[in-house]
Amino acid sequence: MKHNKPNKTDKNISRRNFLKIIGATAGATALAGCGVKSSESDNSAADEIATTSANVPKSGMTMRVNPTTGDEVSLLGYGCMRLPTIEGVSARENDSEIDQQQVNRLVDYAIEHGVNLFDTSPAYCKGMSEKAMGIALSRHPRDKYFLSTKLSNFAPQTWSYQESVKMYRNSMKELKTDYLDYYLLHAIGGKGDEGRKAIHQRYLDNGMLDFLIKERSAGRIRNLGFSFHGEPDIFDWLLSMHKDVHWDFVLIQMNYLDWKNSGAEYLYRRLEELSIPALVMEPLLGGRLVKLPDAVVAKLKQREPNRSVASWAFRFAGTPKGILSVLSGMTYMEHLQDNLRTYMPLKPISDDEHQFLMETAEMIVKYPTIPCNDCKYCMPCPYGIDIPSILLHYNKCVNEGNVTASSNDPRYAEARRAFLVGYNRAVEKLRQADHCVGCGKCMTHCPQQIDIPAELLRIDNYIEKLKQRTNF
Amino acid sequence: MLKKLRTSLAIIFLLLITLMFLDISGNLVWKLGWLAKIQFLPAVFALNVGVIIALILLTVICGRIYCSVICPMGVFQDVVSWIHSKFSKNRFSYKPAATKTRLIVMVLFIACAIIGVNAVVGLLAPYSAYGRMVTSIIQPVWIWGNNLLAGWSESQGNYIFSEHDLWLKSLPVTIVAVATFIVITITAWRSGRGYCNTICPVGTVLGYLSKYALLRPVIDTTKCNSCGLCARNCKSHCINPKTHSVDMTRCVVCFDCLNKCRQGAISYAPKWKKKTTTIGKEGEKTSERRSFLTITGLLATAATVNAVEKKVDGGLAIIEDKVLPQRATRIVPAGALSIKNLATRCTGCQLCISKCPNSVLRPSTGLNDFMQPTMEFDRGYCRPECTICSGVCPTGAITAITRQEKTSIQIGYAVWIEKNCIVATDSVECGNCARHCPSGAIMMVESEKYDGRKIPVINTDKCIGCGACEYLCPARPIGAIYVEGREVHTKR
Repeated sequence: MKHNKPNKTDKNISRRNFLKIIGATAGATALAGCGVKSSESDNSAADEIATTSANVPKSGMTMRVNPTTGDEVSLLGYGCMRLPTIEGVSARENDSEIDQQQVNRLVDYAIEHGVNLFDTSPAYCKGMSEKAMGIALSRHPRDKYFLSTKLSNFAPQTWSYQESVKMYRNSMKELKTDYLDYYLLHAIGGKGDEGRKAIHQRYLDNGMLDFLIKERSAGRIRNLGFSFHGEPDIFDWLLSMHKDVHWDFVLIQMNYLDWKNSGAEYLYRRLEELSIPALVMEPLLGGRLVKLPDAVVAKLKQREPNRSVASWAFRFAGTPKGILSVLSGMTYMEHLQDNLRTYMPLKPISDDEHQFLMETAEMIVKYPTIPCNDCKYCMPCPYGIDIPSILLHYNKCVNEGNVTASSNDPRYAEARRAFLVGYNRAVEKLRQADHCVGCGKCMTHCPQQIDIPAELLRIDNYIEKLKQRTNF
Repeated sequence: MLKKLRTSLAIIFLLLITLMFLDISGNLVWKLGWLAKIQFLPAVFALNVGVIIALILLTVICGRIYCSVICPMGVFQDVVSWIHSKFSKNRFSYKPAATKTRLIVMVLFIACAIIGVNAVVGLLAPYSAYGRMVTSIIQPVWIWGNNLLAGWSESQGNYIFSEHDLWLKSLPVTIVAVATFIVITITAWRSGRGYCNTICPVGTVLGYLSKYALLRPVIDTTKCNSCGLCARNCKSHCINPKTHSVDMTRCVVCFDCLNKCRQGAISYAPKWKKKTTTIGKEGEKTSERRSFLTITGLLATAATVNAVEKKVDGGLAIIEDKVLPQRATRIVPAGALSIKNLATRCTGCQLCISKCPNSVLRPSTGLNDFMQPTMEFDRGYCRPECTICSGVCPTGAITAITRQEKTSIQIGYAVWIEKNCIVATDSVECGNCARHCPSGAIMMVESEKYDGRKIPVINTDKCIGCGACEYLCPARPIGAIYVEGREVHTKR
């Protein structure tokens, strides 16, 4: 398993290949100064690359080394929870079949550009992700990529030892492999006794963790870790097991918005202390850090006019040295290409830029958007409410300035129409916020700990004001 | 000249009235509503003395201008007849008046109006029949077109057009409207204003007034060469070329004859200018009559069919359609004063129904109140900010109310059905009815029976019957709270 660090002698080859890609993919015409630099700091040429076409370097992916196994892992990891379907949208949004041809194309392109970590789960894409990835990846030599998947035993009927082991074995079968590079206890955390109880039920009391440790000794799991959604007390409790379990890595949610606000910094620092490498999920908060208020976009673009809005989030997530890889769920070629441009190579966030992003985060937090990243864990609502669509519509309106603070706002009439018409477009009438009964079943599922019923009521009250033309 | 003026005005009226029915934006109706209010029968039902006197004066002075300009059904027939005349010229001829039929229908009409068989009244009223045709046949196409534009608008990311619900509000009423359309089109195609001069009660009333019309087409016998061209182009069949007379009970002063006469012998002038005679005897059983019976037959057999449409997607729980509750008393909009007031005044023109932005109003399919508006809350509820139906009603069936008045008019009262409530069936807290009650008539109180979970209790005295609770109740298919109508609307 060798992943050579790129060096400057690659330049000519990469240029040629680069031209080939351009021809093959977008038929783009603008080819202004696009040499490829490989070191993380020297990035003057990359800065000149416009983000408008498929100007993707051929090599130069920033690699990180796993201290336990010595794996050289690409900083960009491919998250497989949003694979494309034949309908064109991601399998998260849609029930239709996965577009295997497109998945193959994306995987080939990613591997060709140095991406070597693919992260999936038996739960992703309505259970179709592992199979699709197995098909796509098995077309490549097994030593060219690292596989990561999870024990997604959420449902109580899968808590037993037998069912969980079955799920583990099935993952290998679907992925057409006899060993897994990274294996995770999926989405553990929560808070207090309830969180501890769930972990006990899913992994400790049934002997699954012991089983997985044995599998690691047998070499069928090369790295064992967990993905974390929860409060710091549970995190500390899990890390206190480190001396017995030896966590090879931990997958945490980290981005510039969560760094201070949701304690991502704390999680990272704790891992750094224990020298446990971290994988990053939600670098874009489910796309929320791309769908930003206009004023924030302007601020980011003003500083880096030629870089995408997303690149800020990826650079932030990739900068700390303890980050092994940043997972991004990429549906479209454009997402992949944009992320490749950001990490080939990474231009680390400077102290000054870090400060800038913290200010940006404060600015974002001030907008009354709801921190929903459309993960859909709350769904289906037993009463048929389309929770994420409502929250996302609201956020969209906030970002576009269509939620006004006062009915005397000069834009009020226009904003009111945009909100109400857009609302009916985004959410079926019988699935709108006014139908929420407030049972609270969604709340236990929300990884962002949003008080969903309260937010829906707040949105509904706002809509009533608009509909009744109440002065406010 | 006169004809051009008449035709232009008629077309403008027809288009505006049609637009008034079609409009779904809810804005146009405030500008066009007067067009409904100047219609004869609605004015009579509304006891709108000013309009009635004005129309009588208009008729006594100018003849049945109302029929040739203001009445949309009359002008619609002219359009059909005009199209036919493009294929076959000079196709009419003088016919004696069907006086007997006219009188029989008139008597029947008045009797029905008095004893309250409003289905018959609504069927015969020309403006209402036209309104039904537009609302049931053209408006769905209009909405469909709007929805296409809304799709475009969405794809462009703008908010110019918004989608509207397109659903079959009532199959029987649609059948009646289609039948009316077919019958009227056929009679107009074959015999011009046959309907107006045989069946239409407004035509009969105005016709007898028009007998005394000051201004009328008069034939100058010194110029007339008795060619009969005028009679062969008279869609009312009312010019007798032999006697040089015009039957003013049937003449709708369309001015077609004025232009047709090559001798210039016909003029629109005071009646004393030249002799004209009003006549009309012998009735004949017309095909219209038969068609009318067909409609009534259809009416009786038509079954109630509710519109069905629902799509459900993946990650979402299936939402069952609600079953409409069996109400002891139907619910009619605030402003209707009472079921009786609505029932006696409404002519079923569908204007209120075509305008309801919350998909609440729909035509009733009951025998006694056929085609009249009734309220259901499966697609929305009677929202506090809306008073459109009360503003547009031309007959006084729904009187005008303000938004403030609406908050205190009790059109019904909510009833809780304990066994359906999700507090009982799903063992959860809900309170959605109480949260959305605009008059604060529902309170949530702890119940020992349900382990301290809160159940809704209704303060009937405060409830106005808007249906918010019924619409928003999560229990399906049969809701746990519904509105029972009040026969007489009360104020709280």
